[in-house]
Amino acid sequence: MTEPLVLGIETSCDETGIGVVRGRTLLSNTIASSMDEHARYGGVVPEVAARAHLEALQPSIDAALAEAGVRLDDLDAVAVTSGPGLAGALMVGVGAAKGLAVALDKPLYAVNHLVGHIAADILTPDSDPLEYPTIALLVSGGHTSLLHVRDLTTDVEMLGETMDDAAGEAFDKVARLLSLPYPGGPEIDRAALDGDPNAIRFPRGLSRASDLAKHRYDFSFSGLKTAVARWVERCEADGVPVPVADVAASFREAVVDVLVTKALAACADLGVPRLLLGGGVIANRRLREVALTRAEAAGVTVRIPPLSLCTDNGAMIAALAAELIASGRRPSTFAFGADSTLPVTAIQVDERVAVM
Amino acid sequence: MNPDYPGEVILAVDTSLGTAVALIDDDGTLRSDASAADPLGHAEVIGDLLVRAISDAGSGEIAHVVAGMGPGPFTGLRIGIAAARAFALGRGIPVIPVPSHLAAALTAIERDAVSGPFAIVTDARRREVAITVFDGADADGIPLVTVDTRLVPSMDADEHLDGVRRIDVATLSAVDLARVGARAVAAGRTLAGDEPLYLRHPDVTVPGAPKKVGR
Ligand SMILES: [Zn+2]
Repeated sequence: MTEPLVLGIETSCDETGIGVVRGRTLLSNTIASSMDEHARYGGVVPEVAARAHLEALQPSIDAALAEAGVRLDDLDAVAVTSGPGLAGALMVGVGAAKGLAVALDKPLYAVNHLVGHIAADILTPDSDPLEYPTIALLVSGGHTSLLHVRDLTTDVEMLGETMDDAAGEAFDKVARLLSLPYPGGPEIDRAALDGDPNAIRFPRGLSRASDLAKHRYDFSFSGLKTAVARWVERCEADGVPVPVADVAASFREAVVDVLVTKALAACADLGVPRLLLGGGVIANRRLREVALTRAEAAGVTVRIPPLSLCTDNGAMIAALAAELIASGRRPSTFAFGADSTLPVTAIQVDERVAVM
Repeated sequence: MNPDYPGEVILAVDTSLGTAVALIDDDGTLRSDASAADPLGHAEVIGDLLVRAISDAGSGEIAHVVAGMGPGPFTGLRIGIAAARAFALGRGIPVIPVPSHLAAALTAIERDAVSGPFAIVTDARRREVAITVFDGADADGIPLVTVDTRLVPSMDADEHLDGVRRIDVATLSAVDLARVGARAVAAGRTLAGDEPLYLRHPDVTVPGAPKKVGR
């Protein structure tokens, strides 16, 4: 079976993603987001997200099948995110995936969400196939990770990740400091339009020589967030209006700078002239611009999947499973659960033992 | 039995307490029962319990899936409902939502021969219990609710019950859940909506003004 038809279920955060792929061909990428329900809280509320997943699953599966023009009986396998992510949210998808796989008597593949973000890239038919090794920078509201990908299905290494907030969370929190709505990413972008990115020199987390020894590829955004809060408070104390555009632009510049600097450092250190970007924060235009410009100067080629495949989605989960199937991997047993801290080295969870 | 009802197999799934899966014939005859009492680990065991229950049940098309809608700890409760719905979707058959306390009440009435008013009491975490008061069964054989399910602080439960016989339940019979579902189908009745019986708003605190960090 070289072109398996796979339905992928992704519920690790606030998007209920159902994808259908045939091998490397995308047939449907259906997403139901509970983002609006989180807006009044200024961030993702796990229980709100989990309730929304339960409501959205069945209609999303129906919609994905209709769009793909396939029936459940046609599927070769079901795939689901086992982790990392929000435990309660993940469990809704795991329960549904098991129920579906048992009902259809089809193989089930439990896979890693972060590696799924990399797999999103193989669904882009117009570009050349993903070359190995590659460095991958995954940035979203839930994670900020730098990976060394030697092979999508067998060999992915975590180089570094955020020690506190994810980059997307930092955008949300700073948006609140500036009295901008949720989600913060697009709001900060809009506010930064007329701002000077060099107006304020905000700190770059874990970038001092002393930090770099231990945390060369790790990220930290809480100090940056605090620095912005101080700045805003000082304006208020001094009775001067907060220069929102300059603060937004300077904050965004600090985030982008540290992300791109560390990603390109990994490319240089490991001699890998390829960088793959993924995760919802890649929608940030400034991040893409800076990454492309500085990568070009460093002789690094950058790949960015379509933005609809960068945000959390089920198609990337299905795509990863399709690659696992094509490479001869056996399905997962039914024993797996949700693992909120699943390491990136666990590309597939609980692969069935071969029967001799 | 309803002559319009073809007489087929019913699957029931409940994760409001432990993980319980059972299959019955529509006349209530047990086909198979696979359960794990552990109040955690629903996600890990649900798949294998489904496989075991279905394989033990033997031949016969499953015509309905009964989903236990709680009350129960949210995270666990949802796993069974998600699995039940996805199973039904996979087979192209309807889901019959049933409040989980109805299953416990049927067990009390038909297995333990409890007569007169009684209350099913389950742990609702956070030092609260969920209580539903019943009095026998109605004409369709479905336990008759006299006081709707509510959350009560554990220490005040007896006061609320005011002498009504209290039945504390820690595991649930999916067989009896299936039987309640079968009777609801036969009677053409709907016993619960699509929303799980959460009984609580999502536990959140809306952030106020940003905290001062000082200079
Ligand atoms: Zn993600």
